[in-house]
Amino acid sequence: MIIKGKAHVYGDNIDTDRIIPGKYTKTLDMQQLANHVLEDIDPDFHKIVQPGDILVAGENFGCGSSREQAPLALKSAGISLVVAHSFARIFFRNAINIGLPLIELRKYDIKSADTLEINIKTGVVNNINNGESYQGAQMPDVMVKILNENGLVKYLKNHKSYS
Amino acid sequence: MGQTIIEKIISNHSSKKARAGDIAIVDVDLVMATDTTGPLTIKAFENMGGKKVWDSDKMILVIDHASPAPNEGIAVLHDLMREFANEQGIKLYDVGDGICHQLIMDNHHVKPGQLVLGADSHTCTYGAVGAFATGVGSTDLAGVMLTGKTWIKVPETIKINLTGKLQKGVTAKDLILHLVGRFGIQGATYQAIEFTGEVIEKMSLDSRMVIANMVIEMGAKAGLVDLKGLELPYKYDPVKADPDAHYVKTIEIDVSQLETQIAVPHSPDNIKGISEIEDITIQQAFIGSCTNGRLEDLHAAADILEGKKIHPNVRLIIAPASRKVFQDALSDGTVEVLSAAGATFLPAGCGPCVGTHQGIPGNNENIASSTNRNFQGRMGNRNSNIYLGSPAFVASAALKGKITNPKRRLSI
Repeated sequence: MIIKGKAHVYGDNIDTDRIIPGKYTKTLDMQQLANHVLEDIDPDFHKIVQPGDILVAGENFGCGSSREQAPLALKSAGISLVVAHSFARIFFRNAINIGLPLIELRKYDIKSADTLEINIKTGVVNNINNGESYQGAQMPDVMVKILNENGLVKYLKNHKSYS
Repeated sequence: MGQTIIEKIISNHSSKKARAGDIAIVDVDLVMATDTTGPLTIKAFENMGGKKVWDSDKMILVIDHASPAPNEGIAVLHDLMREFANEQGIKLYDVGDGICHQLIMDNHHVKPGQLVLGADSHTCTYGAVGAFATGVGSTDLAGVMLTGKTWIKVPETIKINLTGKLQKGVTAKDLILHLVGRFGIQGATYQAIEFTGEVIEKMSLDSRMVIANMVIEMGAKAGLVDLKGLELPYKYDPVKADPDAHYVKTIEIDVSQLETQIAVPHSPDNIKGISEIEDITIQQAFIGSCTNGRLEDLHAAADILEGKKIHPNVRLIIAPASRKVFQDALSDGTVEVLSAAGATFLPAGCGPCVGTHQGIPGNNENIASSTNRNFQGRMGNRNSNIYLGSPAFVASAALKGKITNPKRRLSI
């Protein structure tokens, strides 16, 4: 599966409170989440993000709360994939469970508005703007299986159990 | 080679002997969701084709994050939870009962050696009674509600041995803040931590809960506190590490010189000693949360505030961790002392800690707080600054109107 999109680059330790503040989490309306995604870092983000765009961050993306609203807000806003140096454990699991792909990439030279082309299966990230290519980490098999079925809801609906 | 506690607990809940790094499919003893995560969990469960939860006695729902409901939208979500709990025969703790982690511990829903998943990152609190408890998201929890199982990557374990004696006014909160600062916010990601040593052995259950609660602030999956010196009102077989268990790191810390520790804005690992940051003016003080809203914490605040008045420019807000904490504090006179000093009491719950309602700070305000996170915007306003510390620190700050060493306020 190849994902191609425009990058939005942010920094290290972006916690779940900054991805979606607690005051907006009590809803089942995904558009409501999308309207406030990342607003404490960049109040205009929800206006500039386009369907298919890619979020790029540094260390420990998604640290803090277990709120699944964090990856849901990103996905609902149109983000197709998140690239980061590293991810917090619960966020990583939540993103896979809702079918939002992630690539852990230790080093990259990516700037906001660069166009990226990413092969989720191999973990290879190509930066079309500077011609560079980077090798991201591979995910555990169990996560790949869940992601391939677009998340845990469909996975368990189809298989009824973990195997 | 032997096994760590965490490897043993996971082995006991799966079909094979677990080793750090393995992926294990495990049986789960208990699942918990709150009003932040529960509605999404219920929706995911239904979308999975779920009709009946795998075991209604092994699930707890708690309405605590926005409780009582501050608006119509949240009231509807609370009703969704009540309706689901009724249909499925699931125990639900409602408005004012208290914070999920306090209720799970107080009502003995979790026991040593169990494996618990909660849709709240501070589920790791149950490590205070030697359970492997960790936070997950809503869909993960829905998967357990459907199957009774989940998959887990078996974590490596760090062992921390705490020796010496804490100084007067220096508490479990100072200790865990020191460790969060030392490890960093991702210093223990994907790992578990075992806490042992004479400092732990002398600690109350309340204090042990503070330690286990904040291991998530280092990214850890679980924090297991040695059961030595702890009296529990039921019988149990403690899970012990083998003498030749493998630890990824073993750390010895003498706590005797530790001073009051504060996490300064905007990260819980941004730790300073109190002497480095004294005299910063504060406008709001908050005592509460799953970290420090227990009876021991209200007592610490009352020790400092008895017979005194808080600074006129400060709002002191207190939310007990549970109704029981409130009732105990009421019957032993603590509520009266704190109220007379100028404190405002909120219903038992999470509100201000998570920025949902009640106690939202104004622009450019500084808050002294006994909670667990000071991320930007955490309390509901990105233009405010949160300083985390012990309840004694918060009470001292409320009294003086600025950050001050609680040691000076204690009658020694």
